[in-house]
Amino acid sequence: MKLTKGKINELLTQPGCEHNHNKEGQTKNKSCTQQAQPGSAQGGCAFDGASIALVPITDAAHLVHGSIACSGNSWNSRGSLSSGPMVYKMGFTTDLSENDVIFGGEKKLYKAIAEIIKKYNPAAIFVYSTCVTALIGDDLDAVCKAATNKYETPVIPVHAPGFVGSKNLGNRLGGEALLQHVVGTKEPPYITAYDINLIGEYNVAGEMWGVLPLFKKAGIRVLAKITGDARYEEVCTAHRAKLNVMICSKALINMATAMKERYNIPYIEESFYGIGDMNRCLRNIAAFFGDEALMVRVEEIIAEETAKLDVALAPYRERLKGKRMVLYTGGVKSWSIVSAAQDLGMEVVATSTKKSTEEDKARIKQLLGEDGIMLEKGSPEELLRVIEKTKADLLVAGGRNQYTALKARIPFLDINQERHHPYAGYVGMVEMARELDEAVHSPIWRQVRKAAPWEIWQQEHESLLNLEAE
Amino acid sequence: MTTVLNPQKSLSVNPLKMSQPLGAALAFLGLKGMMPLFHGAQGCTAFAKVVLVRHFRESIPLSTTAMTEVSTILGGEDHVEQAILTIVDKYKPQVIGLLTTGLTETRGDDMGRILKIVREKHPELASLPIISVSTPDYKGSLQDGYTAAIESIVATDYGPFASDEPPTVSMKPQVTVLCSSHLSPGDVEELKSIVEAFGLTPVMIPDLSRSLDGHLEDNPHTVTTGGTTITQLKQLNRSCLTLAIGESMRKSAQILEGRFGTKYEVFPRLAGLDAVDAFLWRLSQILTSRCDHHFPLVPNIPANLQRQRRQLQDVILDTHFYFGGKKVSLALEPDLLYQTAWLLTEMGAKIQAAVTTTKSPILESLPIDNVTIGDLADLEDLAAGSDLIITNSHGTALSKRLQAPLYRMGYPIFDQLGLGQRCLVGYRGTMQFLFDVGNILMEEEAKHSPATLH
Ligand code: SF4
Repeated sequence: MKLTKGKINELLTQPGCEHNHNKEGQTKNKSCTQQAQPGSAQGGCAFDGASIALVPITDAAHLVHGSIACSGNSWNSRGSLSSGPMVYKMGFTTDLSENDVIFGGEKKLYKAIAEIIKKYNPAAIFVYSTCVTALIGDDLDAVCKAATNKYETPVIPVHAPGFVGSKNLGNRLGGEALLQHVVGTKEPPYITAYDINLIGEYNVAGEMWGVLPLFKKAGIRVLAKITGDARYEEVCTAHRAKLNVMICSKALINMATAMKERYNIPYIEESFYGIGDMNRCLRNIAAFFGDEALMVRVEEIIAEETAKLDVALAPYRERLKGKRMVLYTGGVKSWSIVSAAQDLGMEVVATSTKKSTEEDKARIKQLLGEDGIMLEKGSPEELLRVIEKTKADLLVAGGRNQYTALKARIPFLDINQERHHPYAGYVGMVEMARELDEAVHSPIWRQVRKAAPWEIWQQEHESLLNLEAE
Repeated sequence: MTTVLNPQKSLSVNPLKMSQPLGAALAFLGLKGMMPLFHGAQGCTAFAKVVLVRHFRESIPLSTTAMTEVSTILGGEDHVEQAILTIVDKYKPQVIGLLTTGLTETRGDDMGRILKIVREKHPELASLPIISVSTPDYKGSLQDGYTAAIESIVATDYGPFASDEPPTVSMKPQVTVLCSSHLSPGDVEELKSIVEAFGLTPVMIPDLSRSLDGHLEDNPHTVTTGGTTITQLKQLNRSCLTLAIGESMRKSAQILEGRFGTKYEVFPRLAGLDAVDAFLWRLSQILTSRCDHHFPLVPNIPANLQRQRRQLQDVILDTHFYFGGKKVSLALEPDLLYQTAWLLTEMGAKIQAAVTTTKSPILESLPIDNVTIGDLADLEDLAAGSDLIITNSHGTALSKRLQAPLYRMGYPIFDQLGLGQRCLVGYRGTMQFLFDVGNILMEEEAKHSPATLH
């Protein structure tokens, strides 16, 4: 697939994404087409997004064709975990030099691919184009094709140079590479009547491992994980699933819609965060298969898990009751976390709606009630203002905002990519409660807010002095 | 003389090198009221930000001109202009550090011309210094980008004093101290207090010890709240000497000599007894050299430093058992590699392998026969059988595979606390290094001692 304007447009106008169903009848995804603003843009590039989506395929090598900024500054920095192969964690790059920029990097790329195959023998190689290699016009497709033919290891071009857009668009371009070159290229060794794919879950901090046992217990088989802790081969067989379950993100919606068209696999959107959402996820999957026994099993699991949870959460509920949270995160995750927080008896006083669709917003509104603040923009200044106004007890947001909160001496919990604790599923709920409790009730807050004795002395004496002056 | 191997490889595996723009941004962050601006697509800035935030555990101000496919084809003038205006409006910086990336260098944006146009169109920006530096990421490494930024900082003309801005007057002689990228905020702090102890007024360039040291401010901020000030940069001509710490600072010192006639001296390293001795001795000469030579003054070394020196000698005695004969493999940027490799050698350790990121004349005088410009896979090949690995946090996996402990130095370090303040230079910093590494080596010995095997 060459990256054409038409292709990008198509990805930006995914009919399955409600971003595109806004009232004015505009047809493009706002969060995707929104041009990055010079001077104020903050997010990652399309290459970043594509690697977030694909690097979790653990037995593949990920080769970045570009100058050192792309790979050197980013490899080995993400939290998605593997239960086996580690080759995905290695940083491979062609590390372009000035000569390559002048004479082209195709030969170098071909040699790099050959070397990876010989030395590391990965299940596949994903090759990422980046700004400089896209600008000098290296023909990624041709090189990948030649290498695939020669070495019989799949070599997959990923066209997501940073300058084409945001991280969001990059996610989809990553999905596009899977659709074009991976999904449907192999048959699964066997199939069951309850095969599903999980799409958009990257096993950050091992989250998936808190959920997979539940599916197994219910008798639902996860055929392909796209892409958390995935093996290349399982993604190849994803076209044989009966149902696609999109997790917590519309990032890979293009995969779900395309697989519906091509392979007639319906999809549902679910979330693993919070008791309510986890229950609903299991129920919806069971309902989809319409199998009585399965539904009964799912109800049993839910009953068992919630009973266990009630016991485990009781002390936290007591301590977190009425605590006020400002939440700043993207998309579907926001309402999902809102309901999780409410499960714990916390109050969400403000949340982001930046990447949310109209549907998400409606749901958030309903959850938050009348006084809830919907944050469109999340500049650090804006966040601090809202925290002050609402007298919130903590900020829950992505790592990028961590120091916004801490520097203002406000408790913080990381909810995005780089964190280290799994919050998904029933077990994750306990983990999240524990972390929230630690954050809010830490004994440090008094200390970091405390003025020094001499500052207090000065203040007191200043007022005395002022009195005297009067 | 060390042979520098620079194999031309098609594939870099587990890169050691980080990009020039990242280094330049780091140098810029040592200026007060600074907002670094990357001229490129937004991802470069986002990655750099993540790296620095995770390393220092600080909020880091960085911004981007957010080039897109279309603006890359048409040219980036508008984006640079718009970015500068937005930054000035939103963050009110006292200075902007503008740096290029691979994308805009490949495209060939002429930054001098672009800035000239922006300045002509916006006379209101006249008093705002914009330091511009070329840092294509398809060349060099973090150290090179950092160095290039320092060269731009000292080459830029900051204009005369404004009427409301009196020059700082001091009776003490002023010296300019150029700090290479191998110095952490804690190192800069130590260095500054040493220079001050000799009755001198140092101007640190850059001064990371006031911006990235990790401290709480009373109010939220969006640009750096500390660092070298523009006022200081306006009076660099008053310095009686430039002290260039790290070989990479030589050219910057020469630029200052060219502009103001300031003599300079290069101190390639500041760790280890010999290196610190030489530095202090030179500092003590600055004041005495100003006195009448008919009445020679006894060099006056501050008492606390004399005491620290005796402590260091004692620490060297206590720790040398654990260093003697140990094989150490290092992958660090040239200046840091030089400082660390020599210190280890002086303690009796053997340098088994040395890998680095970029060319530098200093590489020819390492205490080892060969040094490879390469990546962490090269280190892994060369380091088998080492007793200790020294590199950044990316070395964790290889140190496990090689079953040798890892001491973290360089960038990035994302799995350790306290890097804003860690100090490994001066007598005090040398002691810290010997304790840190000595403890690791001692623990390792205990693990393999017969007593624990049974
Ligand atoms: S913006 Fe371009 S050059 Fe920068 S990291 Fe992303 S792909 Fe690489």
